[in-house]
Amino acid sequence: MHNFTPLRSLLGGMLLGLAASVLAIGAGRVAGISGIVGGLFTPGHEGRGWRLQFLAGLAVGGLVLLAVQPAVFASAGRSGPVLALAGILVGFGARLGGGCTSGHGVCGLSRLSGRSLVATIVFMATAMITVLVTGA
Amino acid sequence: MRRWSPFAAGLLFALGLGLSGMTDARKVIGFLDLFGRWDASLAFVMGGAVAVHLALLRFFRAPAIVDDDGCAVPSLHWLDRRTVVGSAIFGIGWGLAGYCPGPALVSVVSGQGAVLGFVAAMLAGAGLYAVWSARRG
Repeated sequence: MHNFTPLRSLLGGMLLGLAASVLAIGAGRVAGISGIVGGLFTPGHEGRGWRLQFLAGLAVGGLVLLAVQPAVFASAGRSGPVLALAGILVGFGARLGGGCTSGHGVCGLSRLSGRSLVATIVFMATAMITVLVTGA
Repeated sequence: MRRWSPFAAGLLFALGLGLSGMTDARKVIGFLDLFGRWDASLAFVMGGAVAVHLALLRFFRAPAIVDDDGCAVPSLHWLDRRTVVGSAIFGIGWGLAGYCPGPALVSVVSGQGAVLGFVAAMLAGAGLYAVWSARRG
């Protein structure tokens, strides 16, 4: 097992669960990142304010990380064209599928949604197959 | 208090992503490399997140959650082909780059070219979806 960090990852995951709970209990919203961003693209959508507020929090949190632990930010050394293709697939696919790792994988599973369970199994499977085929 | 809950949630979310290892695309690829040099750490991220969220939702009896269209979330249309196809496409992109939307957005502050390019393409992909779904009506 390489670079195994179960405790850090568990604590980080618990923070994610707390964050999703603050949004759900405080504002009645799902912490699905692709949905939060995607909602900004649809003209006439209600609730721009909370989306921008969440994204501002995300940016401030990122700055805190950058100040105290910049090593947490690392890319996998993929080429520009691969990153561009990957970004388009992630942006389009998450919207078509109704969620990503946060919306389906954290919030959906916590609500015991069968649809989110299927979505999570499908994207985990295609992601693992992609790494198997293209190489880590 | 409640006024600031989206901001607080975003802040905690970013810290959780950074601490857990999700903003390290190499670590994500290591987790997805099930048949290679597998790093199982990120399974603990989802486990910890789901355990806490599930418990807090029940304990606080969370108010009805509404989705983008103002529908109560439990009434979300049941599993359809779009969910499966979209998730499959999303997974391929995630495996190619090692970034999913949350970690990519948080990583923008690092100013790294790779993540900036990925996020620009991701926003284009989300925009493409908005145009495509508006056309389909």
